[in-house]
Amino acid sequence: MSKTLFDKVWDSHVVKHIENGPDVLFIDRHLVHEVTSPVAFLGLKNRGIKVLYPERTFATADHNTPTRNQHLPVKDPLSANQLKALEENANAHNIPYWGLGHKKNGIVHVIGPENGITVPGATIVCGDSHTSTHGAFGAIAFGIGTSEVEMVLSTQCIMQPKPKRMRINVNGELNKAVTPKDVALFIISQLTTSGATGYFVEYAGDVFTNMSMEGRMTVCNLSIEMGARGGMIAPDETTFDYIKGREYTPKGSDWDTAMEYWETLYSDEDAVFDKELTFEANEIEPMITFGTNPGMGMAISNNIPLAESIDGAVATFKKSLEYMDYNEGEAMVGKPIDFVFLGSCTNGRIEDFRAFASIVKGRKKADNVTAWLVPGSHKVEEAIKEEGILDILEEAGFELREPGCSACLAMNDDKIPAGKYAVSTSNRNFEGRQGPGARTLLASPLVAAAAAVTGKVTDPRELMQEEALV
Amino acid sequence: MAYDKFNILKSTAVPMPIENVDTDQIIPARFLKATERKGFGDNLFRDWRYNSDGTPKENFVLNNPIYSGKILVGGKNFGSGSSREHAAWAVYDYGFRCVVSSFFADIFRGNCLNIGVLPVQVSPAFLDKIFTAIEADPNTELEVNLPEQKITILATGESESFEINEYKKQNMLNGFDDIDYLLNIKNNIEEFAGNTPL
Ligand code: SF4
Repeated sequence: MSKTLFDKVWDSHVVKHIENGPDVLFIDRHLVHEVTSPVAFLGLKNRGIKVLYPERTFATADHNTPTRNQHLPVKDPLSANQLKALEENANAHNIPYWGLGHKKNGIVHVIGPENGITVPGATIVCGDSHTSTHGAFGAIAFGIGTSEVEMVLSTQCIMQPKPKRMRINVNGELNKAVTPKDVALFIISQLTTSGATGYFVEYAGDVFTNMSMEGRMTVCNLSIEMGARGGMIAPDETTFDYIKGREYTPKGSDWDTAMEYWETLYSDEDAVFDKELTFEANEIEPMITFGTNPGMGMAISNNIPLAESIDGAVATFKKSLEYMDYNEGEAMVGKPIDFVFLGSCTNGRIEDFRAFASIVKGRKKADNVTAWLVPGSHKVEEAIKEEGILDILEEAGFELREPGCSACLAMNDDKIPAGKYAVSTSNRNFEGRQGPGARTLLASPLVAAAAAVTGKVTDPRELMQEEALV
Repeated sequence: MAYDKFNILKSTAVPMPIENVDTDQIIPARFLKATERKGFGDNLFRDWRYNSDGTPKENFVLNNPIYSGKILVGGKNFGSGSSREHAAWAVYDYGFRCVVSSFFADIFRGNCLNIGVLPVQVSPAFLDKIFTAIEADPNTELEVNLPEQKITILATGESESFEINEYKKQNMLNGFDDIDYLLNIKNNIEEFAGNTPL
C-alpha cells in the first residue's frame, strides 16, 4: 500500500497498537533540558528506576541560562538550582550532559542537528514544543509534556494516537528578501494558529527542495505555531550532505545501511493525505506580525486588517490590538521599535547571522534600539567569529551574547520591559512571552536587521543592495 | 504521577470566553523554575490575574467571587503554544478537574489527560449555551459524566456527548498513568529496541 513519508516513519516505530487507544511509539532519540525534566527525574526516583537507554538520551542547559558571563556562577538561585538538578540527574543516569560553558552547549534544537543527533527517519522528542525543528531532516519530531518525558526516560516510549496527515506545497521561486521565516509566517497567517491541529505536516514543492537545511529547520520549527504536532521534509542530497561526518551520524558501513533506509523516505506518488494545501511562492512577501499570536502576521507593506474583516472572534482580535497599542487599518512600516532580538531555535543559526549582517554592514545601530544578538550554540558563535561576521556587527555598534534561549521565552534576565516593542526572530508573540507586558513583532533576520539600523519597522528591500540578495 | 480518579463531576464553572488562550498566559515562563511539582496554582494566569505590584486585577474572572468551581470553560483553541505541562499542573493545582472548550491544542490536551484533568471538547454552539447559562446564573451547575461521556447544563437539562479514547477513559476512571502500562510491556520494548539501531 502506498504510504506518506510520515506513515513510513511512524509505522516503523510502533511497538504496539492499542485497540481504541493510542500507539506505543518507540523513540530513537530524546533531548532533555533543565526546565521540563526535573519533575520527570523525580518520578523515576520515586519509582526506583533508572533511565532505560541513556545512550539515546542527550541533555543540555539552554532555557534558563544567562547570555552573559556564563563562566561565572549563575546568580538567580532558582535557575542555579534547576541547572544543578539537571547536571546531577544526568550524572546519576549516565546521560551525556552539555552544560553551560561546554563547547557543544546551545539551544537543544540547534545542537541536535549540529552534532548529528538528528537523522532522517528517526523519532525524536523533547520537552519543548519546537522539537518540530528536527523534522527538517525527515524525522518525526515533536514536543512532549513532562509526564511523557518521564515515560521516555523510563521506557523509551510514549503513547499517542497517530495524527492525521497534511501536505503543504509551496511552488515556484521566492521573491526578493523572502526568507524561510517569511514562508512559515505566511503559511501560519493563512492557516491560523489552530489550522493544523491534529495533523502532522509534510512540506513539499520547489521552495522546500531548493531550501538549505537551516531554512528547512526554520520552517519545520514553526509547524507547531499552526497547531500541528510537527512538520517534516523528505530527506534528499541536501540533507545527506549536511549530516555526513557529524559526530553522532553513522559511519562507514553503518552509513551505507542507513542510507538504504533513508532513500526510501518520501511520500509515495499515490499516497493519500487527509488534507492538502498549495500556495505559490510569489504570493509571499517579507512578513511581520502585528498581534499576539503567530497567526496574526501579514506582508510588511500591508496595513493591519480591520476588525470587521476578521473571521472569528472580533473581541479576541481587539483585545490583542489593545495589548499591542495598535489600531486596525494602520501601516506597520514606520512604527517605532525599542528592541531587536536575533536568536532562538527558529533563527539563531549561522545563516541567520549572515542575513542580519548583510543589512547592517556599513550601517549603524539606531540609537533608540537595544539589540540582543544571541547565537543558538557555541558552534554558531564560533562560525560568527571565523567568518568575520562579528567584526561587521561590532563595527555597526552591536554586541554578541553567549548562546541560549534568552528572550525567546524570557526565563533569564533577557526580558523586554513592559510596553516596549521588540522585533524578534523567535517564534511566539504571545502576551508577555518576552517579558511581562512586552510587545513582540515576529519577523525574519532581514526585517530585524532593517529595524535595528533604522529604529523603526522598515521594509528590508529598501536597504538591500543587488549583490546582497538572499 | 498518580492522580485522583475521575467519574462524575458536578460543579459550578468559571467562564473565560477568550480564544487562543496560550500556555504562556496559563503560566508564564518565569514561574517554571521549580524542580518539584508544587504550588503552580498560585501562578495560574498570573499576568491576567495580578498587577505587577502583586495586587489582584479586579476585572479578571478568577478574582471575581461570584464565579467558582472545578470546571474551567474556555474559548476556542485553548492551551495553544508551549508544551509546558506546568500549564496543566497549574490548572489542576488551582482546583480545576475539567476544562471545557470547543477546541483544544494537541499537546495541552494530552498533558491534561496525563495528569488527571479532563479536557471536554464540545460544539461551538454548546459552548455558547454554557457561557449563556453561566452569564444568566453564575451558580449554574454543569455535570460532566465520564462513564457516559456526556456533559449537561443542569439548569436547562441540555446536554452533549463528548469524545475520549477508550484507553484514556479507563486511565482517568481508575487513576492510572501511562508509565504503569509501559513498564508492564517492557519486554516488548526491549525486544523492539534490540532491532532498532541507534
Ligand atoms: S529558543 Fe525558544 S522555542 Fe527554542 S527551545 Fe528555546 S525556548 Fe524553546
